Amino acid sequence: MINFEYARATDVADAVRRKAADPDAKFIAGGTNLIDLMKFDVERPTRLIDITRLPLTQVEETADGGLRIGAMVPNTDLAYHPLIEQRYPMLSSAILAGASQQLRNMASTGGNLLQRTRCLYFYDVATPCNKRNPGSGCSAIDGHNRMHAILGASDACIATHPSDMCVALAALEAKVHVMGQSGERTIPMTDFHRLPGDKPETDTNLGPDEIITAIELPAQSFTKNYTYLKVRDRLSYAFALVSVAAALELDGDSIKDARLALGGVAHKPWRDTAAEGALKGQPANAETFSRAAETLLHDAKGYAHNTFKIDLARRAVIRGLTQAAQATPQSQSDKKIR
Amino acid sequence: MAPTPAEARETIPTPAKISVELEINGASTELKVAPWTTLLDALREHLHLTGTKKGCDHGQCGACTVLVNGRRINSCMTLAVMRDGAKVTTVEGLAKNGELHPVQQAFIDHDAFQCGYCTPGQICSAVGLLAEGRAKSADEIRELMSGNICRCGAYPNIVAAIQQAMGQS
Repeated sequence: MINFEYARATDVADAVRRKAADPDAKFIAGGTNLIDLMKFDVERPTRLIDITRLPLTQVEETADGGLRIGAMVPNTDLAYHPLIEQRYPMLSSAILAGASQQLRNMASTGGNLLQRTRCLYFYDVATPCNKRNPGSGCSAIDGHNRMHAILGASDACIATHPSDMCVALAALEAKVHVMGQSGERTIPMTDFHRLPGDKPETDTNLGPDEIITAIELPAQSFTKNYTYLKVRDRLSYAFALVSVAAALELDGDSIKDARLALGGVAHKPWRDTAAEGALKGQPANAETFSRAAETLLHDAKGYAHNTFKIDLARRAVIRGLTQAAQATPQSQSDKKIR
Repeated sequence: MAPTPAEARETIPTPAKISVELEINGASTELKVAPWTTLLDALREHLHLTGTKKGCDHGQCGACTVLVNGRRINSCMTLAVMRDGAKVTTVEGLAKNGELHPVQQAFIDHDAFQCGYCTPGQICSAVGLLAEGRAKSADEIRELMSGNICRCGAYPNIVAAIQQAMGQS
């Protein structure tokens, strides 16, 4: 870790002002990813702006029947919040599928969105990596790429976004409230993260002087027919090879509305509205689910060690949609996949 | 020649140490630390409370687990300066009046360790788990203890020990 200075933001405007004044500064909230990256010399901020005491810890109902979640709400508090457990159980499940309880106790809602890829080459400063050192090349494309992207990758980067929470937020059509020097704006969750293209060093569309203040959930919450299915190398405390956030609104056996987003497969939470379109108006059966999976994976591309993820994703999508249709969401403690 | 940005950053003068007040195992403690001192290093190197262990130092193994304001966290992944004013409980603070904490006693009763290196973190994590009240079944204990690695593989006995302590709480 290099030497850095420490400052504590007194309010959101102060945080924005301090960040705008120093391009090498970073906000610190939970610290669970940033401190790790600083210890590996991947992140080298000259100043940390502590935002942990900002008054962004409320979960409030919005006028249109949704919820507004403060950016500093810890992941554990969000997962166990009565309104989240009752009305957005898919979000609760996704949060509890990620990390460990100690890390969830520290990690913030806003910080979860801003965590960086766990690509081993991104972490290993001895190797080229376009995300860490733009223009140096991608070591993963011809390297150990078992965990890497099968959708939306580029010649410059095949890293994946590691979050579970964000996959559920994308499926639920959450919005991200941000504040910068030019004021507030709202970014749809599906536009918050970006694909690598030729600029993999930029993970999100958040401006350099902007801070996340809240996440807003719409009223539609899918309390019955949903699942968050995470497939990984260990039963717990491992990043997803593939994860599926699936939610359905059923009218008898017919699908009225559908949401489908995948984690572990791309540079961002991968929500596919075309695959959702293949579900809507159709009977909730294996044939329909299979067609949705084909649509979602039509352009999937594997590399030397991760081609298996295409088949894994296909089966996980079908299994996830089946769990959602049967109202038997995946348990995050009993890991048997049924 | 002007330094490159990277060199310029390397040469930032060492910032002044910052005063931090912590309540550690019930005792109010003031210390001066550099901004980059983790809570773990503050406990071990500044306060010589070496019960809390440094394993991976990257939030992956759980050996550094302590309770901050009653909640279990990885002390290696937080800065001491960020925790100014917090109440910290380490494994040294669990026994009361010479009596082991029920979780400590249960670890002995069930032989829930071999080398013992992960044990302070396991015990603090288990105390946090009991306070959360979310785990009921063995599956739930395993899931909510997954942030604590035991390379000796004492997991079955750790689960048994936690179940015993759960029955007493």
